[in-house]
Amino acid sequence: MTKNQLFSAPGGLAADYLRRKGHPSLVEGVAFVLLRLSMLFVIAAIFFIFYDIFSKGVGVISWEFITAMPRRGMTEGGIWSAVLGTVYLTLITAVASVPIGVFAAIYLNEYAKKNTFTRIIRLSIRNLAGVPSIVYGLFGVALFVRALELGTSLLSAGLTLGLLTLPVTVTASEEALKSVPDSFREGALALGATKWQAIRTNVIPSALPGIITGMILGISRAAGETAPILFTGAAFYLSSLPSSLSSRFMALPYHLFIMSTQHHSIEKVRPIAYGTALVLIGLVVTMNMSAILLRTHYRKKMRG
Amino acid sequence: METNIVIQVKKLDLYYGKFQALKNINMEISGQEVTALIGPSGCGKSTFLRTLNRLNDLIDSVQIEGDVSIDGNNIYDKSCDVVALRKKVGMVFQKPNPFPKTIYDNVAYGPRVHGIKERKKLDAIVEKSLREAALWEEVKDNLSRSALRLSGGQQQRLCIARVLAVGPDVVLMDEPTSALDPIATQKIEDLIRELKERFTIVIVTHNMQQAARVSDSTAFFLNGEVLEMGETEIMFTHPLDQRTEDYITGKFG
Amino acid sequence: MVLVGIFALLLNSSFAAWQDVGFISFLTGRVWNPSGFVSSHFGIFTKIVGTLMVTAGAMIVAVPLGIATAAYLAEVATPWEREVVKPVIEMLAAVPSVVLGFFGIVVLSPLLARIFNLPNGLNALNGAILLGLMSLPTIISIAEDALTAVPKEYKEASLALGATRWQTLSRVIIPAAGSGVTAAIMLGIGRSLGETMTVIMATGNALQFPSNFFSSVRTMTATIAIELGEVPADTTHYYTLFAIGFVLFSMTFLVSLLADIFLHRAGEMKKL
Repeated sequence: MTKNQLFSAPGGLAADYLRRKGHPSLVEGVAFVLLRLSMLFVIAAIFFIFYDIFSKGVGVISWEFITAMPRRGMTEGGIWSAVLGTVYLTLITAVASVPIGVFAAIYLNEYAKKNTFTRIIRLSIRNLAGVPSIVYGLFGVALFVRALELGTSLLSAGLTLGLLTLPVTVTASEEALKSVPDSFREGALALGATKWQAIRTNVIPSALPGIITGMILGISRAAGETAPILFTGAAFYLSSLPSSLSSRFMALPYHLFIMSTQHHSIEKVRPIAYGTALVLIGLVVTMNMSAILLRTHYRKKMRG
Repeated sequence: METNIVIQVKKLDLYYGKFQALKNINMEISGQEVTALIGPSGCGKSTFLRTLNRLNDLIDSVQIEGDVSIDGNNIYDKSCDVVALRKKVGMVFQKPNPFPKTIYDNVAYGPRVHGIKERKKLDAIVEKSLREAALWEEVKDNLSRSALRLSGGQQQRLCIARVLAVGPDVVLMDEPTSALDPIATQKIEDLIRELKERFTIVIVTHNMQQAARVSDSTAFFLNGEVLEMGETEIMFTHPLDQRTEDYITGKFG
Repeated sequence: MVLVGIFALLLNSSFAAWQDVGFISFLTGRVWNPSGFVSSHFGIFTKIVGTLMVTAGAMIVAVPLGIATAAYLAEVATPWEREVVKPVIEMLAAVPSVVLGFFGIVVLSPLLARIFNLPNGLNALNGAILLGLMSLPTIISIAEDALTAVPKEYKEASLALGATRWQTLSRVIIPAAGSGVTAAIMLGIGRSLGETMTVIMATGNALQFPSNFFSSVRTMTATIAIELGEVPADTTHYYTLFAIGFVLFSMTFLVSLLADIFLHRAGEMKKL
């Protein structure tokens, strides 16, 4: 073949462009439009959910709604007992799961050797995250409520939720520890610090934002859970606030469940249900957003 | 020798954000020749190579000014179909990058995306391309094996076959042998010498001997500019610029 | 450790149930009538079908939408779009399941009833849509990670051969991210299988065998949640609920194990 045959084909590249300009790029255009529509559809669905709950719930919410006790078979009044119940429950969950989660992560990442045993532990932790929450509920009933005789109480429910958040706190803490460069550890060790001193003074402080983010995410998940507390301590209706760890309690998610399915006059209490849903979403989304903000804030800071 | 300018570059400037990576490049590249682009790391030669098939378009912050014409058509013109351009201008990368598919599917990928579906045609193209890339004899019995199980040198020849299967006029090579051992390198160089009979080849290389062995013309890049360009033999024996001589003789790199 | 604990406890209680009921008739029996006057029946087949139906429906909704969205975010979206869309999707992940269930009752149910002319919209379809929504964030974020992790050399090679971006995405990037995308789907399935509150609230909880997506169904999770509060401890009924928990646990365990294997394989590929 000579040069001329190759390069002076009739019309050259320009004609070729025109010939090819038909279908592949058309297909591409259509495909990308479809992908974009999928994305927009997902976003629209999310906005619709938030909009519906917000627009119908916001009218109900007032200072009184949040701080007043439910009255008249929960057809009037507020949701204070449920709010407080959820706050207490969340605190117990945090106390139960955070220390264990963090220490387990420190052990796994800093001390444990990389062998089959630790691989199995990691695998089980990851799988634990996939265990259905109702199964945690069953476990809570069997272990805390009955075997340990804690009864249906704040403590039983808190411990059950603590177990549920454990995989999240362990994984998040481990990720945070892993992202601390080895030079931080070596730097301290080279100065004659013990391993624990190095971890305490150099590693934990720089992993702290990551650990806290993980904790908030885990706890906010617990705050929204209903299934595990159904049988471990949540109550349909209580006239008084929980007084001790062994009291039963009301909680926002369970309250919403009751108000929308179990109440004797469902239509009548719908506004209260909307208000409860909004407060719950507000609580959980605020926790999540603050975790995310914290994460991005520290990421920027780390980069200098 | 009759000159046959295939690629003509005029006043080409390229910016990554605010950083100017290519400064006022003017170049004419002839057909049926191997043109080597040499120069120290970060001098812009790979960036320049990627302007020839518009692969820099992938990076959001890149801005390009000036003219690049292939076969008389400005490839940065709005009416230019990038897909058709890349079909005419194939590229072989620094690291062999076969797809995680079979050998056959790798070579057939290009023809398939360009709409060839008949098995017979594909078979013929695959065989022809693998032969041209001097790989046929080694793989003809194992076409359905994963391409990732070939050796590095074989993978690179497979990548060349993959480019040839599309039927390009120009083949760009970005340090095609830098990840390979000397024997594999030699095979690729032999291949380049054969291919230049029918293709216009532009090759970026770090290896001076390689440039001297395979290329007809050479362009020396430094800090985003072309300091010197000319016939390889002349440039390697009588460089005009002191800096070119320093680089070629290994005084800096 | 906890995992082993849960496993042992569930297995132990389950054995008590199977001793009374028999393993096969437990799994395949269609009748669930724990407090029958003459004789009790503990067959969970109907519930397994209910669970699988809702989960399958959820995946029909979530897999195409989720992967399309992930592909859009990974390959087509501008950086600006990505910055905006990702937090919005994370917000969906934060919504408690009971709120979604509530949404199913107050919005989706009347809507479905009107569209399909049904007496009410509390059925398998409602549950499937909600669970689909619910598993979207998981599927999107993991599939997107998998797609972005595909070496950019593949993408460049494909484009340099004159493939369009769509051809590159559909023929090179998505197949190369196959393991990761499969893992994303698996995790989505796991979430749907185990979800309780949403399905209790949205699917109607009828006991009869479901005939189609407009039937009201009762899933395994819903059965446990509804009945555990009412049964006396240490009865066969009580133990069968644990046995259901065990079956559920085994299913989700299997699914997350598969997801793990696929993720592992995806990790291997990156090294090449």
